[in-house]
Formats: sequence, structure tokens, C-alpha cells
Amino acid sequence: MNDIKEIKNQYLKSYELFENSLNGERFSSINGIRKEALSKFSDLSFPTVKDEEWKYTSIAPLLEHNFIPSFDKKHLTKNQIKKFLFESLESNVVVVINGHFSEELTNINKAPDGIEVSSIAKAISLNSPLIGKHFGKYADFSKHIFTSLSTAFTKDGVLIHIPESKIVDQPIHILFITSSENEKLLIQPRNLFVAEKNSQVTIIEHFVSINSGIYFTNTVTEIVVGENAVVDHLRIQEESKSAFHIGRMDIDQERSSNFSSHFISLGASLTRNDFNSKFNDEGGECKLNGLFLTENNQLFDVHTLIDHAKPHCNSHEHYKGILNHASRGVFNGKVIVRPDAQKTNAFQENNNIILSQEALINTKPQLEIFADDVKCSHGATIGQLNKDALFYLKSRGLGNEAARAILIHAFASDVIQSVKVKAVRNYIEEILSGKFNPPEESK
Amino acid sequence: MLEIKNLHASIDGKKILKGINLKINTGEVHAIMGPNGSGKSTLAQILAGREDYEITKGEIIYEGKNLLEMSPEDRAREGIFLAFQYPVEIPGVSNTNLLKTALNEIRKYRGLEEVDAMEFLSLIKEKTKLVELDQQLLSRSVNEGFSGGEKKRNEIFQMAVLEPKLAILDETDSGLDIDALKIVAKGVNTIKSKDNAVVVVTHYQRLLNYIIPDFVHVLYQGQIVKSGGKELAFELEEKGYDWVKEEKNELVTN
Repeated sequence: MNDIKEIKNQYLKSYELFENSLNGERFSSINGIRKEALSKFSDLSFPTVKDEEWKYTSIAPLLEHNFIPSFDKKHLTKNQIKKFLFESLESNVVVVINGHFSEELTNINKAPDGIEVSSIAKAISLNSPLIGKHFGKYADFSKHIFTSLSTAFTKDGVLIHIPESKIVDQPIHILFITSSENEKLLIQPRNLFVAEKNSQVTIIEHFVSINSGIYFTNTVTEIVVGENAVVDHLRIQEESKSAFHIGRMDIDQERSSNFSSHFISLGASLTRNDFNSKFNDEGGECKLNGLFLTENNQLFDVHTLIDHAKPHCNSHEHYKGILNHASRGVFNGKVIVRPDAQKTNAFQENNNIILSQEALINTKPQLEIFADDVKCSHGATIGQLNKDALFYLKSRGLGNEAARAILIHAFASDVIQSVKVKAVRNYIEEILSGKFNPPEESK
Repeated sequence: MLEIKNLHASIDGKKILKGINLKINTGEVHAIMGPNGSGKSTLAQILAGREDYEITKGEIIYEGKNLLEMSPEDRAREGIFLAFQYPVEIPGVSNTNLLKTALNEIRKYRGLEEVDAMEFLSLIKEKTKLVELDQQLLSRSVNEGFSGGEKKRNEIFQMAVLEPKLAILDETDSGLDIDALKIVAKGVNTIKSKDNAVVVVTHYQRLLNYIIPDFVHVLYQGQIVKSGGKELAFELEEKGYDWVKEEKNELVTN
């Protein structure tokens, strides 16, 4: 392993290059935040397994590489990105290549007037009031070294603004494409989605890779769900199997807002996700669902935090894991119910299926309840495919592979069925079918 | 069709079957009766290929092939069907999906074309009528939330769709009311032909009023202690299993 100090110095050194690449932008309003984050980054240490929050996830493999921030825009053709598109979702597509917003490949055709879908870089350079009002307000970088790294190097990403009472019927499909061969790029898309009062939108964050190279995606997304607004969020993580992915999402929920998220994770050699949602007012609904499939030596880690800071809010969380080979998974779901958050309903569940002897999952629900009139529950299960069910299926003529595939599908089905966007639902089904080799006729 | 020769089997070191001999020809209906714990279900499960049992001695020849060397799925594809004593609930898998996959896997194995959606639908419709199964149950998960009677009828329904050569009913009659029992019997009698065989494993004589067996075997302590025609079932009903137990014990003491 390289000296960790040296790794950090490399990042600090590349900041100078980064600043040069900013041109005039360096005088923008957020440069102060960048500088502050850089100094935090310099102060903070990389987490080790001695940190409670990183107990089961060693980032040592990540620190073996010198990743270089991706400063240059890369161009891809329509043909190169075609395979990542969903057939029925081609009307609102946003393309981000190596962390840079691609104006030429982005197409927003079916959205009402007034909707803003643009590059964060552009919004910063135009001193957009949205940036001033929301940027960095939810994803606190003071304690999280990767968030400070993202914030310090903030350059580009996606800004979505849905003005008051606007309804966007067609989902917005954002493709974060990495095209990196041997450059060991550090890719840091930084996103801000703001749905104002009474608005409604569905946003799909889709992380894909053109090559199977080693790179590091460190992404931060901040989402503001305004009063009575409805945001349906989906994230599909299909990074290169050699890549590292550290993703953070912070959701600010206003009065009677409704946020739901589905996270489907397949790729990367190491994935760490921190999803934090906070109810800032009464009547909110938050749903965090997820499905992760790991194989070989993959490590998947999700830490979620739902902060019931106000009364009369409901949260539902359901994560399912399917772990094969020598892969590992970590689920840590924390729910805080603050003293005045009476009448809170908070339900959390994590179910896992282990398909091999070597796979491992660490699951930890954490309920911290400081109010007395609440309904909260949590549960976690770890198991194998049901032997009786396998025999039953085989006794009807299904082969071993087909029987396993059917049971794996069945295990994942409730989370898949809760995905509202049909194209995504079908896509997940396809992935499962491809992975677990079902009989021809059910494909 | 099926010949079981001196079959010994145990589970977790406990001997369950201690030398079963049984020959079944096509066109025959055999009833296997016996008190609880005599090894009836074990025999049924071993025929279907359950791997929990250890075969310590003996062999099973099915249509000239060594059955014990075949996987459970290949046995099903070769025409063996077990109606489970306790049908398994499989949340998330619809009955239709299971049946269509099963039917096509079996057809593929036999070199037949897969059935298309229309053919399958009309087949399903016909067979649900046979066992008076509510068609709405088909879109639901396999056996999930089914009543006891629905589960048993679902087994017979699957049997009717898959048309096995050797159907084994493991206590399908247990816990059924008389109407459900008649439906089960009707299902079996409809698929019965000179080209297939049925083995009815049961604790009670009642089902045999509706499915008339050619042979009745009494299983006790892992062995067939008595075989006879259908009148043996009536005799058992009258005298109870103690009668057989006594005979067997006499046999041992002599």
C-alpha cells in the first residue's frame, strides 16, 4: 500500500491544476466553500475499520491507487451511449461523461416550460440563486472526508429545478458514463435536485461504464423536496467491476413532502453509499428501498439515516441483498426519532440471501427513539435459498439452475415490484435473468 | 414400470426403510397404507428424489433405468410426479409461471416443442375445471395463503397438467372434507389410463372408496408386511392397524 499521507498529498497537489482548469469560475461564489472543503479534506483522515461507521468496510484497496481528477471533457457519440438508454425513456435524457455535463447528448423533450435541467458548472458560472440557496447546505462535509473531497473539487454535475406546481410526467434519465481506460480517473459528479412546492418529478441516476477500467466515482447528490412535492428517485449503480464508487445522497424533506428512492446496485469492486434523509417539517413520507447483488470479491456497503426531526412523518425502508461467491455486504440503517417527533411511523427491514459458503453480510439496524408516542420496527434476516422450495420446483421438472433462478427472482420481486417506472422494473428483471441463467422460456 | 428391490434407507443415521420390495406395472393403482411413522412418506419422497435420505441398500428400477442415479428434475421429466403431503409455499412465484416452466422443461427433455401461450391457457382452463380450482388462484404465488384443501387440489391440478406416467399421492386425502376428497379422486380417475400407474399413499381407507386400488400394501416399521387386493383396505378399516402390528410381531417372535 502507498503511504496514505502521500495519497492525500497527491489530491491536495492536484488542486492547483484543478483551480487552473476553472478559469474565471474560480471567482464564483462557491469558491469559498471549495476552499473550506479543501482545508477540511486536509485535516480529516481517511476512515479505517476502527471507525464505527466503517467497521466492516476497509477502504485500503481504494488507497492503493493514485486517482487523478478528471479535468477534461470527453466526447462520446450517440451510438456509444445508445446501449445505456431505456427504450421508453428516451425523451428526457441527461448525459454526464466522466463527471462533465454533455450539452450535445443531453435532450429534454418532454418537460413543461420552466423546468431547468442544466450543468452545475453553468449554474455556478451564472451565479444561479439556486446554488447560493442550496449548494452544500445538506451534504455536510465537515466530518466526511469524501464529501469534503467532492466539495473541494466541485466542478460539474447536474442541476434540476422543478418550479412550483410543475409536474414532470416523463422520468428524467441521467446517465453518468465513465470512459476511462488506464488513466485511473477520479470522477466527481456533483448534483443538486430541487423540487419546489407542489411539484412532481421522477429522476433516475444511472451510473455506467464503457470500459472495465479502474476508476473512482465519488458522487454527491443533494435533493430538496419542497412542501407537498413528490420526488421519485431511482439509482442504478452499474460501474465497472474494477471501479470504486462512493456515493452520498442527502434529502431535505419539507412539509407533507413525499420522497421515494430505489437503489439497485450491481457494479464496482467497492461501493459505499450514505443516504441521509431529514424531515424538516410535519407530514412527510420517505421510502428507501434497495436491491444489491454482489459476486466474486465485491464489497457493497449502504449506510442510511432517516432523521425524524418533526412529528407525523412516515418512513419505510426495505433493502434486499443477494450475495454470491466471496462477496460481502454491509447494511446499516439508522433511524432517529427526535424528542418532539411524536406520531412517527418508522419501519425498516433488511433481508439477505447468501448463495455461497464464503459470502458474508453484516446487517445492523439502529433505532434511536427519543419520543414516546411512535410506531417503529425493524427486522433483518439472513438466509439461504429454501431447500424445500428448491426440491418442490425440481420435483416439477425444473433444473437446478432454473429452480434457483426462480427463487432468486421471487426473493427480489417485492422490491422490484415497488419500482414505479416500468422500463426500470423490466431492466432489473432482465439483469436478474441474465445473471442467474433461467430456462429459455421465462426470459 | 417400477421395481423396488430390497430398499433400505435412513435419515440422520436412523433406519426408516428396512427392505422394501414392490413391483408396479402400467395400468395399475397401488395403495400403500400403514400407521404413522411406518415409512410411507419416506418411500414417496425417495421416489421423487429427495436428497435428505441415505439409501443404504437396494435399488429402484424405473422403466429399465436406475432411478436412484437420476436427479429429481430428471425423474419428473421421465414422468414421475409426487403430490406432496405438505405442498410448499413459494412467495413471489406464480402458479402459472411454475407450471408453464415445468411443462416446457419436461417437453424440452422429451424433444417436444414448447407450448405457446394460447395452448397453455386452454390447457390450464380445462384442467382447473377438472379439479374445480378457482382460476384466480393461478396468478397468485404458489400455495401462498391457500387453504389446506386448495393446496391439495393444486397438487392434483399440477398433476393433471403435467400428465405423469407414475403419479404418487402422498396423503393427499389427509384433512380433506368429503367434497374435496371426491374432487381429488375425480382428478386421479380422469388421468388414470392403461399407460400410467398411480400410487396412493394414505393413512385412511376412505379415499379408496373413490379411487379403487388394484393392490393394497401395508407398510409397518419400514417393511411391507401385507399385500392384497382392495378388500385388504376394508379389512384394515375394520380391524385397525393393530391387527397388522400383532401379526408382524408374531412373525418376529417366531
